[in-house]
Amino acid sequence: MARKIPEINSGSMADISFLLLTFFLLTSSINTDMGISRKLPPPIDKTVTPPEIKKRNIFTVLVNANDQLMVNGSIGDISTIKAKTIEFLSNPASDPNLPEKIIKYIDLLGNIEVSKGVISLQNDRGTSYEMYIQVQNELTAAVNELRDQLSKEKFGKKFEDLKSDAKKEAIQKAIPVSISEAEPKNIGGQK
Amino acid sequence: MARFKKKGKKEVPAINTGSMSDIIFMFLFFFMVITNMREATLFVRVLPPQATEIQKLEKKALASSIYIGQPMKTAMYGTEPRIQLNDQFAEVSDIKEFIEKERAARNEVDRPLLSTTLKADGEVKMGILTDIKQELREIGAFKITYATRRGKKNN
Repeated sequence: MARKIPEINSGSMADISFLLLTFFLLTSSINTDMGISRKLPPPIDKTVTPPEIKKRNIFTVLVNANDQLMVNGSIGDISTIKAKTIEFLSNPASDPNLPEKIIKYIDLLGNIEVSKGVISLQNDRGTSYEMYIQVQNELTAAVNELRDQLSKEKFGKKFEDLKSDAKKEAIQKAIPVSISEAEPKNIGGQK
Repeated sequence: MARFKKKGKKEVPAINTGSMSDIIFMFLFFFMVITNMREATLFVRVLPPQATEIQKLEKKALASSIYIGQPMKTAMYGTEPRIQLNDQFAEVSDIKEFIEKERAARNEVDRPLLSTTLKADGEVKMGILTDIKQELREIGAFKITYATRRGKKNN
């Protein structure tokens, strides 16, 4: 008679895996990194003079040490900055005070008007990070809205929902994130 | 009727718990996949500001984090915002070395894709961030991400 192999008691297996589960729950964090991506400009080459940009092509946003805004020469507010940026970048009525547009050929889109407008963002050393991110956020929101508009017009979808990278790239070329951060200044005193 | 009467006592059968462990293991793997290990013990308080136009960081393995905020132990380190790299406090001048190390740790192909995530507290002033950005510019780490929380749309 063959000897019977005794059954292994697997009752405590669940306890062991529970222990592992709790360990992983405690040591890990679910939060994925989210954020606003930016590209820093390369360091300034002192021998090269920066190209002149016409005044109509610049949209200046200044944030001072008290988190107050100055948008294009007048006192601004965080709630209106997005609409102003959209107006600046799209220039729907071809206003001579708003930026020039050049016709450019882009794959998939054909000849399209690309704004030459540049947003110049300047902050003080005393500006709070919170405010800075809010301004960056509003500017990005403006660009995203314009991209969505163009994308809907050309491809019938929102920019985010575009599947092909080529289409995304085309839209990105047509509406670039042209935010230039000026060399830092220290006007508001202290760090 | 007596015909259908069962013989002996009625017993509740024991519930088979053998598959319980499988279920728990499934949970375990699920959590292991969706979460990531805490990479550093924070010495500084970081509560990033809220924003709506946020993107998910594409390649997490290629991002190095810089934490900026008020030290947790204010009695020991004061309230002045400090920079934390890996597991220790650092100065602005240490950032170059930090980036160099991060670069050396990656292989050749991945190096241009490296990015830096600035995890700063909302109350930090821009001064310290500007210094960090200048350092990053000088060393050529141009891709940065400002870590933010998901916020409500205000319009």
